[in-house]
Amino acid sequence: MPVRDLKGRQVWQRRTGRESLLHWVMWLIGVAVFAYCWQQISASTTWFFVWDAPRIANDIWTRATPPRWEYITQLGKPIWDTLNIATLGTILALIMAVPIAFLAARNTTPSKYVVRPIALLIIVSTRSINSLIWALLLIAIIGPGVFAGVIAIAIRSIGFCAKLLYEAIEEIDETQVEAITATGASRWQVMAYGIVPQILPAFAGIAVFRWDINIRESTVLGLVGAGGIGLQLSSSLNVLAWPQVSLILLVILAAVIISEWVSAKVRGAII
Amino acid sequence: MSELNELVGRPWKKPPFVKRAWLRWAMVLGFVAYLIAAYLTIEVNWARVYEGLERGKQFILAFANPDFASRSGDIWDGMIESIIMTVASSVVGIVISIPIALGAARNIAPLPVYLICRSIIAVSRALQEIIVAILLVAIFGFGPLAGFLTLSFATIGFLSKLLAEDIESMDRVQAEAIKASGAKWAQWINYGVQPQVMPRLIGLSIYRLDINFRESAILGLVGAGGIGATLNTAFDRYEYDTAAAILLVIIVIVMALEYLSGIIRERVQ
Amino acid sequence: MLRLEKLVKTYKTGDQALKAVDLNVPEGQVLALIGPSGAGKSTLIRCINRLVEPTSGSVFLGDVDLTRLSMSALRRQRRRMGMIFQEYALVERLTVMENVLSGRLGYVGFWRSFLRKYPQSDVDEAFRLLDRVGLAHMADKRADELSGGQRQRVGICRALIQDPALLLVDEPTASLDPKTSRQIMRLICELCKERGLAAIINIHDVALAQMFVQRVIGLRFGAVEFDGLPEGLTPEVLTTIYGEEDWEATIEKVDEDEALA
Repeated sequence: MPVRDLKGRQVWQRRTGRESLLHWVMWLIGVAVFAYCWQQISASTTWFFVWDAPRIANDIWTRATPPRWEYITQLGKPIWDTLNIATLGTILALIMAVPIAFLAARNTTPSKYVVRPIALLIIVSTRSINSLIWALLLIAIIGPGVFAGVIAIAIRSIGFCAKLLYEAIEEIDETQVEAITATGASRWQVMAYGIVPQILPAFAGIAVFRWDINIRESTVLGLVGAGGIGLQLSSSLNVLAWPQVSLILLVILAAVIISEWVSAKVRGAII
Repeated sequence: MSELNELVGRPWKKPPFVKRAWLRWAMVLGFVAYLIAAYLTIEVNWARVYEGLERGKQFILAFANPDFASRSGDIWDGMIESIIMTVASSVVGIVISIPIALGAARNIAPLPVYLICRSIIAVSRALQEIIVAILLVAIFGFGPLAGFLTLSFATIGFLSKLLAEDIESMDRVQAEAIKASGAKWAQWINYGVQPQVMPRLIGLSIYRLDINFRESAILGLVGAGGIGATLNTAFDRYEYDTAAAILLVIIVIVMALEYLSGIIRERVQ
Repeated sequence: MLRLEKLVKTYKTGDQALKAVDLNVPEGQVLALIGPSGAGKSTLIRCINRLVEPTSGSVFLGDVDLTRLSMSALRRQRRRMGMIFQEYALVERLTVMENVLSGRLGYVGFWRSFLRKYPQSDVDEAFRLLDRVGLAHMADKRADELSGGQRQRVGICRALIQDPALLLVDEPTASLDPKTSRQIMRLICELCKERGLAAIINIHDVALAQMFVQRVIGLRFGAVEFDGLPEGLTPEVLTTIYGEEDWEATIEKVDEDEALA
């Protein structure tokens, strides 16, 4: 009861005494945790460098400007590779994500207790691990190159696409499925007529959305050796060629903006 | 009736998605041509891939038998550092992104403030975490501080944008009712706006915490602290069992966070 | 032609939706199923073509016991039962023609249906049906561009193209305005007469039911309370089915409506 009797007057409070105490304790714990975290970060930081940071930043800036524009002639192939990693990776991921999504959705899975958990496990594990880590792993297994990048992007995207897709499948209108079933259609026909038309817009949206994200991710995959423009970034950084670095960053920025624009346009056209 | 006689006996075809025939064929051909070109320019060393299958098998087997023990110290330190970076950067990022979100909502902020806040968001979103981390490591030196700053910066772009969109789509009437009572600006925000967007803010914060943890796992690759460095070393030395152990820990923590965020979001809404 | 014997449906929650229902529908009879919400009307209809699996009892379509059939044999029998739904249940992102042709899914193979290569006779029949309900010019429109009444007409075509012996009709007028409701009911009953189909029409609106059907079944708490001619629906009967209420107005209105029509 948030109304309290105070010296004969009725005082309204938002919370009861217990509640407000709990509230304060929670805040206190939160602040303490944050303080501890900050102290840990601070302890492993060389503060001398940090105080020196403005000078270093300024130094890098003067070296990096102006960008070395003529270097762009050497970036054609890496940009093409980056585009391929993103696009082929997305296509491969979608091919694998569709069956997994159908196995994971409650209303289409063949078995709730065996197949569905396996499908969910695939979704969670591919989703939790960043594409850079997948790339590291694949480079160790199949060697550096664009191919490793494509596979890394594909694996990382499976979980993402399958999750969004199976949520879309679970949200479909069941009466439409029922109506198709009632005509005597087979299992696959029900799928093709009752379910697929309903999830097609979601599918297209997911594909374009993920392609946009994959363009971003594939620009940096080269840092670990998986091809694309990140490779140039990494080698320029290694030799401290800052004018090249700034040009590459500008190119990446442009790629990100263009891909976002394209995906927004395509999504607009679909929906 | 004549209409029917005309229709009967005529074959029927589904009307195509793209009406103009030449455009439809151009799109199909263009796509196929792109696929062929892309496939041809990827140089796949199949011999190397075939060789790799054996290592791939070893790696998958390593998942069945992960080695937590031999580098337990490194794993433990790396994980703690990742978690610390995650928590600290999420807190700072959220605290900073709230005012920016208010500024980036057109129905609250005046135009100049709106433009400034929107450009902050645009810059933060356009720059990849890993690239920001590289620059910050170059400026601030190796260690978790660079990682912490990177994640805070990324959080601002993510959270402010989504929160601002939520504020813009809130129920105008409720907010106006508070304004009508003669509330000051801060009171108006507190009573008219905050209750409407609070559930979403909490949901998004937890979601971002989850993302920050995942990202913190790779920042170590460029020297910005966290578990990534340990993982990188494990791969370099072909210590698949240790790498598998680290990946398993990451997966488990991400799953736990997702489960937790599910519960919290349900309780808040 | 259709015979239900001691049909029981108990849901997992323990709700007994149908308590040993016996029913016999002769060839060509149009029958209305009335009763309050939750009386088990929808369940009864869905138990016949096994969209809902009955708990016990039998459903005979001709000589075949539907409840004992395997999935593939059931699919063949489902072709003989056309179903029309509340809220139309058209696949909204497909065209009107595809929706009508989907009634033939039980007859064509997967790849033919997937590639939309239906036999010419099916396409002709679809055009004939669409023309019969006045929608031939809409064939290539998407289903979600149609109005409620038009959608239900497409739903009727989809059921009829199956070439059924029996129509299962679930609340065909629930989301339509009164005028369209009457047109749709009239259309269904006319088509049944033309083709000699039996039909079970599950309907809320007692007045509408009385206007069009030859026989009325009253269902209450999953049991048959009334079975007879539409004229037999006296206030007392309606009270046993729906509970206490002033029924005179409902019934009188029907007479007036008839006079007007």
